[in-house]
Amino acid sequence: MDSADTAGAAPPPVRAEITLTVNGTGHRLGVDTRTSLLDVLREELGLTGSKKGCDHGQCGACTVLLDGRRVNACLALAVAHDGADVVTVEGLGGGDGGLSPVQEAFLECDAFQCGYCTPGQLCSATAVLGEAARGWPSAATPDVADEPRLDDAEIRERMSGNLCRCGAYVNIVAAVRGAAVRGAAVREAAGTEPGILP
Amino acid sequence: MRPLERIEGREKVTGRARYAVEYPVEGVAYAAAVQATVGRGEIVAVGTAAALALPGVLAVLSCENAPEVNAVDDGELALFQSRRVSYRGQFVAAVVAETLETAREAARLVRVDYVSEPPDVRLHPGHPGIYKPDRVNPVFPADTERGDPEGAFAASAVRVDATYTTPAEHNNPMEPHATLAVWDGDGGLTLYDSNQGPSLVRDTAAEIFGLGPDRVRIVSPHVGGGFGSKGTPRPNLVLAAMAARAAGRPVKFAQTRQQMYSATGYRTPTIQRVRLGADADGRLTAIVHEALEQSSTVREFAEQTTTPTRVMYQAPHRRTAHRLARLDVPTPSWMRAPGETPGMFALESAMDELAVAAGIDPIELRIRNEPDAAPESGLAFSSRNLVTCLRQGADRFGWAGRDPAPAARREGRKLIGMGVASATYPAYRLPNRATARAEVDGTFTVRIAAVDIGTGARTALTLIAAEALKAEPERVTVELGDSDLPRASVAGGSGGTAGWGTAVVRACEALLPMLEEDRRPVEASADTTAEIEAQEELARHAFGAQFAEVEVDVDTGEIRVPRMLGVFAVGRVINAVTARSQFIGGMTMGLGMALMEESVMDEEFGDYLTRDLAQYHLPACADVRDIDAFWVDEHDPHLNPMGSKGIGEIGIVGAAAAVANAVHHATGLRIRDLPITPARMLTAL
Amino acid sequence: MRPFAYERAGTAEEALAKHDDDALYLGGGTNLVDLMRLGVATPARLVDVAHLPCDRIERGADGGLVIGAAVRNSDLAADPAARRSHPLLVEAVLTGASGQIRNQATVGGNLLQRTRCSYFQDITKPCNKREPGSGCPAREGEHHNHAIFGHSAACVATHPSDMAVALAALDASVRVRGRGGGERAVPLGELYRRPGEDPSRDTALEPGDLITAVEVPPLGLPSRYRKVRERASFAFALVSVAVALDVEGGAAGGGTVRDCRIALGGVAHLPWRAHRAEAVLRGAPATAESFLRAAEAELEAAEPLRDNRYKVPLATNLIARTLTELTER
Repeated sequence: MDSADTAGAAPPPVRAEITLTVNGTGHRLGVDTRTSLLDVLREELGLTGSKKGCDHGQCGACTVLLDGRRVNACLALAVAHDGADVVTVEGLGGGDGGLSPVQEAFLECDAFQCGYCTPGQLCSATAVLGEAARGWPSAATPDVADEPRLDDAEIRERMSGNLCRCGAYVNIVAAVRGAAVRGAAVREAAGTEPGILP
Repeated sequence: MRPLERIEGREKVTGRARYAVEYPVEGVAYAAAVQATVGRGEIVAVGTAAALALPGVLAVLSCENAPEVNAVDDGELALFQSRRVSYRGQFVAAVVAETLETAREAARLVRVDYVSEPPDVRLHPGHPGIYKPDRVNPVFPADTERGDPEGAFAASAVRVDATYTTPAEHNNPMEPHATLAVWDGDGGLTLYDSNQGPSLVRDTAAEIFGLGPDRVRIVSPHVGGGFGSKGTPRPNLVLAAMAARAAGRPVKFAQTRQQMYSATGYRTPTIQRVRLGADADGRLTAIVHEALEQSSTVREFAEQTTTPTRVMYQAPHRRTAHRLARLDVPTPSWMRAPGETPGMFALESAMDELAVAAGIDPIELRIRNEPDAAPESGLAFSSRNLVTCLRQGADRFGWAGRDPAPAARREGRKLIGMGVASATYPAYRLPNRATARAEVDGTFTVRIAAVDIGTGARTALTLIAAEALKAEPERVTVELGDSDLPRASVAGGSGGTAGWGTAVVRACEALLPMLEEDRRPVEASADTTAEIEAQEELARHAFGAQFAEVEVDVDTGEIRVPRMLGVFAVGRVINAVTARSQFIGGMTMGLGMALMEESVMDEEFGDYLTRDLAQYHLPACADVRDIDAFWVDEHDPHLNPMGSKGIGEIGIVGAAAAVANAVHHATGLRIRDLPITPARMLTAL
Repeated sequence: MRPFAYERAGTAEEALAKHDDDALYLGGGTNLVDLMRLGVATPARLVDVAHLPCDRIERGADGGLVIGAAVRNSDLAADPAARRSHPLLVEAVLTGASGQIRNQATVGGNLLQRTRCSYFQDITKPCNKREPGSGCPAREGEHHNHAIFGHSAACVATHPSDMAVALAALDASVRVRGRGGGERAVPLGELYRRPGEDPSRDTALEPGDLITAVEVPPLGLPSRYRKVRERASFAFALVSVAVALDVEGGAAGGGTVRDCRIALGGVAHLPWRAHRAEAVLRGAPATAESFLRAAEAELEAAEPLRDNRYKVPLATNLIARTLTELTER
C-alpha cells in the first residue's frame, strides 16, 4: 500500500471570461472552466430558482432555456456557453412580476408539492409547448412523419426528463394540457407564429 | 372548509422559494465529503497533503483532526469521531474550500488508508446474527401472539403460506440533504437545513455541539421533500457546522445524489413469511406474519413491518414477529409509511392469494374478516371505514364486471388485470406548542415550528387557524419552518397536521376571548401535552382501498398501469386540493415500489450500486397515467379538534400489493418479490 | 473534477490542431461532463467541437442522409426528411434520454458515449474499461443489464446508444478526420469494438480522430425501432431492436422476405447486428413463424450471464414481435 500522504502535483484551476444574458440582463463573469451553468446561476448570480437535484442530467430540476431550448444546466459547462442567452424560472413570467400561462396553470392544477422540481418542470413545460407547436415528434408520436397532437400521452413522454418524487405527475400533465390550450388561445388572439415560448 | 391554493405556490412557481443552501450569506465556503472505500475496517492514515496543496482549500477534516463532539443516540452523527469504518460510503473526511469545484477536487485527492475486513452485507434467513429486537419503531413490541397460531393454521381448511421480499429502497427527495452553517461571533449557530423537524434538529445539533438550545437556530421554510429521510438530522448537518467552525466562515454542504445512497437512510429490505389459515368461507382462523429486516452496526433501527397485521383482520389465532440482522450497511430509517408499506405488500398479497385459494372475491374476503375492535389490543376503533372504502372503490373502479379467472383478458399481445388491496395507517398525534396573535391591522399571525416539506402543511394550518378564529384564511398568516418558533413535532408518521393543528386550534381558542377586550396586538399560546396525555385509549387508524389495472406485455414483460384508484377514510379532510395531491403522490410512489424501485447491494464491495437516478428508477411522468383518489365522509370525534387523520403516508400503503394482485389477475403469475421488472416477469412467463 | 483548459474550435482543422493526447473533444457534454464530474474522465484539455460547421443534415439525391456530427439529437429527430425516409433512426433518437438532453447532445457525441455500467462509473471500484487490468466485478456482481453477446472475461458492458443501433441496421458509416489529415469513412459495423482483452477502447478510432458526419444510405423500407426498459421513458434499454423489412409483394400479403435489417441494443459492447437472423429470414416467407425462427437463430449464439438470462427470451420476442408488427402496418 502506498503512503497515505502522496501529494501529487495538482494542476491549478483554469479561469475564463464569459458573457451571459440571463433573463434579459447581461453579465460579464470570470468562471472556473469546471463550473456548470447551473452553479454559475446559483452561486455566482444568486439565481437559485434553478435547482440541483442530481448534477448528472438525470432529474431535470436544473432545466433552463438556453438560447431558446430546454437543457440541463448541470451538464452545460458555463465556459462552453459564452455569449449564450439563458432564461430561468425567474425569467419565465417576464419582468412585470406576472406569471406565464405555464406558471398560472401549475398553480391552478396544484402541479407541485415540495416545489423543488418545479422550476425545471416549468422551464421544460414551456419548451414542450414550443417544441410541439413546431411539430417536433416524440417517442409517443404514433408515426414520426406525422404532425404530433399534444395529447396526454405526448405530454407525459415529453415531460419525462423531469422527475418529481412527490408524485405530482397527474397534476403536471393537467397543467401542461391547460397551458397548451391557453397558449394557443393567446397566440390566436395575437396572430403570432408559434415560437419557442408559448 | 373551502379548498385553498397552496399558500407558497407563487413563490414556488417563480423560483423565489429558498431551500437550505440557497440563502445568500457573505463569505461562504463550500464543503465536500470523502467516503469510505472499504466496507468494514479501520482508518490507518489520512493523507491530506495533496488536497491542502490545492489553492483555495481551507481545511481538511477527518478522524485525525476533527473536534470532539458529543455523542447522541444516532451514531451516524458521530462524524469523524472514530477510526472505525462501519460501511462503505460512510463519510470519513471533508474538505472545505473557496469554491465548490475546488472542494470536490480536493476531496478526490484526500488519501485514506485502511485496514479492511470483508463486509457482511447480505440479508438472508440463514444469517447467524439474526435476533429479536426489544421493540420496533417507534415503541411497538417486536412480537405478539394470541391463541395457537401454528395449530390453527395447520387445521385450517384453506391455507396460504408464502414468502414475500421487498428490496431496499431509497427515499430520494428531489432536494438533497443539505445544510448551510453559520456561526455567529458569540458562538451561536444558525443552520439553514433541509429537514422535517426544526425543533428536534435544533435539540440534536445543540447536544452534538454542546450548546444551549437557545444558541442554535434551524431555518427551514421550504424543504424539497423528505419522505422520512429528513425526519432526523443527517451527517450533512454535522459536517457543515464542523466545517464552518474549522474554516471560520459560513459553509454550504449539499450531499451529492450519489452520497444520498449512503448517508440519508433508506427502507430496509424485508423477507416476510405470511401464513393465513381460513375456513371454507374464507373466515380467517390464523394469521402469522414474520419479518426479517436489516440494520447497521452503527445503530439499531427495527422497522415495524408487521404492525399493520395487528389491526387489519379478525382471527382468533395470530402471531406477528420481527427479526433483525445487523450488517455492515448504512443505517436504514423511515421511508414513507415505514412498516406499513412493505408489511401491507406482504399481507395484502397473501389476502389475494387466499381469495384465489378459497374462490372468494378479494373484496368480499376482506369484508368477511372485518373486526369489531382492534384484533390484538381489543381496543375500540375511533372509526373504521375500510368496508366503505372497498365498496365505494369497487363502484368507482368498475370492479363488478371483473371476471375472477386469471389470465382471461387479452388485448393483442397484452394481458389485462385488476387488483385490489387494503391500506391502513395509524392516526398519531404528538404534543405541540403554538401561538396565535391578533395584529393591529386585524390580521392574525400563527406561529409554530412545524415544517412544510411539500405536504401543504402551511396551507392546511392556515385553514385550521382561520376556522378556529372564525376569520377568512386571507387574514391569517402561519409562520413555520424555524426552530425559534414554538416547539413542534416532526413532520412524520402522518401526524403533522393532527399534532400541529391541535396546538394551533388551542392557541386560537385561547385568543378568541382576548379579542373582546379590543386590545391589539394580543397573543395567546397553547401547549397540548396535557390534552394529548389525557386522551382516551382507542385504536385510531386511517383506512383505505387501493385499486389498480395493469397491462402486461407477454413478449417483453413490460407492465403498464393505465388506472389506479384510491379511496380513503381519513376523518375530515382539511384541504381537498392538497389532500388529493398527497394521496396521488403516495400512490405514485407505490407504483414505483411495485414496478421499478430497487437499491441493489454490491455484495463484493458492500455498498448500494444503484446510486443515481439513472440506475435507481423513480417513476417518470410517462409511467403515470390515470391515478385518482377519493375519500369517504368520515366523522370521528375522538381524534383532535379538526377531526382529521393523517394523509401523507396511507397513499403508498397497499398500492404495490394492488399492482401485484392485478399482475396476478392479468397473467395468473404470482410475483412475490418486488419490484416486478420485465426481467422478473419474463422469467415467470 | 480535474482542472482543464478549454478551447473552442471553429473548424475541423482547428479542432484537430488543438487536440493532443491529454485532450478530449467536447460535444454537447451530456455524457462527458457527467463522467468528468464522476472522475471517470480526467482530460487536461477540452476541445469544443459543438460549434463546428458540420451542423446540418443534407439529403442526397439517392434519398440518403449526411448528418453533421454537431447536429443536435433533437434537430435530427425533428428533421422532416429524416422523419419520412428513416423513421427507425428518428424513433431511436427519440427513445434516448430526455428532451433536455437531446437538445444538448450531438450526433457525434451520442455515438461516442460510454457505457453506464455502474462499476465503470464508480472510480472507487475496479473496472478494466476505466483502469485496464484492474478487473471486472460486473461479471460475478451486478450485471442484470449487461451483455449477452460478444463479451469477454475482461468486460461485459453494453453500449448505451439507441441511435447507434438504428445506424447499425441502416449500414451507416461515419466520416472521420484524423490527425494525419484526410477524411475516411468507417462503416458502423467497424466503428465499435468487441471488448476482447482491451475494453478500455470502445471504438476503432485513434486518438485525435474526429467524427465529422454520419452517412446514412437510403432505406425505402418499412422500419421500426422498439426499446424495452425498466420504466416507460428516460431509461436505458434492457433490449432494443431496430428492424427494416423488404417483402416481395408487400408486407401485408405474406410474401417473401427480399431483404431485412435487424440490430439489437442493450445486448453487447456494440450495437449488435443480427446477421444470423437476417440470413435465416432472407428468402423466407414473411410470417410470424419465420420471424420467430430467425430470432431464435440469432439468440442461439447468446452467452447470457447469471442474472441476465431474461434477455434471451426478451430479445427473441422483441425481434419477432417488431417484425410482425411491421408486416401488420
